[in-house]
Amino acid sequence: MNARIESEPGAVKNRTTVERKSDREVVVTRTINGPARIVFEAFSKAELLKRWWVPKSMGMTLLSCEVDARVGGKYRLVFDAVPEPAAFFGTYVEVQPYSRLAWTNDEGGEGGSVTTVTFEEKGGKTLVVLRESYPTKEALDAAGTGAADAMVETFDQLDELLVALGESSGQ
Amino acid sequence: MVQYMTTRLDTSFAALSDATRRGVLEQLGRADASITDLAETFRMTLTGMKKHVGVLEQAGLVSTKKIGRVRTCQLGPRRLEEETVWLERYRQRWDERFDELDKVVEELTRKEKSDERKNRK
Repeated sequence: MNARIESEPGAVKNRTTVERKSDREVVVTRTINGPARIVFEAFSKAELLKRWWVPKSMGMTLLSCEVDARVGGKYRLVFDAVPEPAAFFGTYVEVQPYSRLAWTNDEGGEGGSVTTVTFEEKGGKTLVVLRESYPTKEALDAAGTGAADAMVETFDQLDELLVALGESSGQ
Repeated sequence: MVQYMTTRLDTSFAALSDATRRGVLEQLGRADASITDLAETFRMTLTGMKKHVGVLEQAGLVSTKKIGRVRTCQLGPRRLEEETVWLERYRQRWDERFDELDKVVEELTRKEKSDERKNRK
């Protein structure tokens, strides 16, 4: 697994870091080669967002992408998923041009996660800090995309089984 | 990655399919123990217990450490690995996205600069 991390292609490529700040929060950072104004637009305009939000390696196709990046404005992304298309949607709660964006992720019903992104320009490049806050640890654990998620859930079940076994023998 | 985890899961379930091995995990959940202790507790031969511990070790559910002539067993590192796998999967998803974002932003930046040059002429 480590070999795969180290053998990433690309000569001039900035590092993406991920840190789990707490049980309910993950922070992703990455420097993008361009001014904050343009990076911000790439986040907040549908025609730009749909060009990068769903990389081919994700194995999903974006069927539609609507973005209204104003406070109270909505977004809606629909993916070609099996067995039926999957929609991701929510509301923008903070919009400060070129410096800060925050939106809710409401597809999971009430108490979804909130994503906050800050853009900080330095020497023509932009440091993007993206923070995803989940209402519970379980919600964070279950987050993500693709088939591997089911595996994490299965591991959780395995853990529960082990805890149950431990409790039953402790008496 | 998925394949890696599936294999891992199979190994875990296989390890848990045996009553003695489940018992060993329960025991180690309370306190670390040597293979000799475990063999005595479960009334089996040292060789038999070594085999069971070997299976649990392979699944990452137990780790062992030799101190002097005694091999001590404790609950394994699997939980930590889960966390690492989760974070790496998360990182890769964003890394792939940001690679694409880089391309879009670089293209727009180039376009803007060439437009500026045209305007100045």
